[in-house]
Amino acid sequence: MTMIDVRGLTKRYGLDTVVDDLSFTVEAGQVTGFLGPNGAGKSTTMKVILGLASPTAGSVTIGGRRYRDLPVPLEEVGALLDAGAVHGGRKARDHLLALAAGNGLPRRRVDEVLARTGLESVAHKRAGGFSLGMRQRLGIAAALLGDPRVLIFDEPVNGLDPEGIRWIRDFMRSLAAEGRAVLVSSHLMNEMAQTADHLVVIGRGRLIADTGVAEFLRGRGEGTVLVRTPEPAEFALRLTATGAAVREGPGSALVVSGLASEEIGKLAAYHGTVLSELTPQRPSLEDAFMELTKDSVEYQGVTA
Amino acid sequence: MSARTVFFGNALHAEWVKLRSLRSTWYTLACLFGVGLGITILATGRAGEVYGSASAAERLAWDPTERSLTAYLVAQLVIGVLGTLVVTSEYATGLVRTSLAVTPRRHRLLAAKVVVATGVAVVAGQVLMFATFLLGQSLFAAQNVPHARLGDPGVLSAVVGGGLYLAAIALLAIGLGTIMRATAGALTTLVGIVFLVPALAGLFPSWFQGLLDFWPTQGAAAVFATVPNPDHPHPWLNLGGMCLGVGIVLAAAFVVFHRRDV
Repeated sequence: MTMIDVRGLTKRYGLDTVVDDLSFTVEAGQVTGFLGPNGAGKSTTMKVILGLASPTAGSVTIGGRRYRDLPVPLEEVGALLDAGAVHGGRKARDHLLALAAGNGLPRRRVDEVLARTGLESVAHKRAGGFSLGMRQRLGIAAALLGDPRVLIFDEPVNGLDPEGIRWIRDFMRSLAAEGRAVLVSSHLMNEMAQTADHLVVIGRGRLIADTGVAEFLRGRGEGTVLVRTPEPAEFALRLTATGAAVREGPGSALVVSGLASEEIGKLAAYHGTVLSELTPQRPSLEDAFMELTKDSVEYQGVTA
Repeated sequence: MSARTVFFGNALHAEWVKLRSLRSTWYTLACLFGVGLGITILATGRAGEVYGSASAAERLAWDPTERSLTAYLVAQLVIGVLGTLVVTSEYATGLVRTSLAVTPRRHRLLAAKVVVATGVAVVAGQVLMFATFLLGQSLFAAQNVPHARLGDPGVLSAVVGGGLYLAAIALLAIGLGTIMRATAGALTTLVGIVFLVPALAGLFPSWFQGLLDFWPTQGAAAVFATVPNPDHPHPWLNLGGMCLGVGIVLAAAFVVFHRRDV
């Protein structure tokens, strides 16, 4: 079931086109990873979804309606854009009470979300003293207030420690398992691979890929094989003779592509070449992502 | 899907919870009364001496009501801080995005802020003006100089009008805060309006002098007087003119708040 429908979205700031004719959907019951390098337009897209920024062209609907037309916004969409967006002088519970009051939600919801995010013990503390992880939890508690069917998180694991990252990851999985649509942005491919079911990849505001995580991994690049031998030059010649591509790897190892490890092993046995290592290497997600977005990174560093 | 919908009252409730749950709100109010009453004590302390050495004409123009309300000069800045922070503290923290996610109808959100802050400012302004009046008069009485009572002609009008003047300044500050989106910018502008422009008034062209009849600390402050001022025979008109100006600033605030991305 389509919960968020982004159609032909374009957002310009002056001459800068931040989002460029972007279309994708976010479905219920799964985590959709919204992936792209920094500056790709992820946050802007999320702001447009929430009606915080107006689109230059195109439309965004949630369950068929614009955000501002939702009768009770928090019951439809919960969002965490910036964990810092809390007044430091306000107690956590008061912060949530104000948000709940704005949508006429009962007070007990405040206590329920405090419990679900593990913040009961600090409910009466001022948010200014919270660690980033606690602020992140408070932001998630706010997003859950209306028990919404759609959740939107912008870079929720940024700056968190491994335990916090794991907590958020599990939390998102459980929200999707409850049938909610979860849209979560990140610039870290590996993180998304462990959390998301579906990927929407953008670069420079344009859609690059809209695919399931499994398909994404399958479709990206063949594996290579790392080979170590005392006679690398000689064996490299034999490998290229069979049609494989060979390049030099770390520590005079050979990185072979176009030939499976079994065949490399057979070739070595046939020629009596001693192998000290033969390791098939799966293409890393990070590599696949870099490959995909290399043309759309705003500022590329120069590799020495 | 719920058949429920949210109303203006929900936004009002939310803004009230936000305002009362900040210590800074109560500190600012405490400061308003501390400064207001403190200045009243300082400003009326030498009244006996001043009155004793005054000429006959000065004694004729002696206005104990206006003298007891001069604390408005500084109180207007403090109440301006209260108004500004209602909006700019949300911009400073980014909370404004969360608030707009809760109440996406922007006019509704800003109107709720304006109503709640106005309510607080009207009450605070009235209480402060009555308190400074009563305190000032009791100090005058103690020094045996002429003093006023609430029932005297024009006194109630001056005290109530003074409270409304303060509330209007709070509204002006909300408008400035919304337009500037930053506490420092909004407060600097407010200081410029209530102190700098009156101080530099003599330098401005003649067409501007007409505006000064309705300017804070200038013509609009005529409402504090009970002795008729030939320059401002109808002080409530001057105050009304200032309120109109505040209304224009607020209208601009609503327009930009509606149109701008946050």
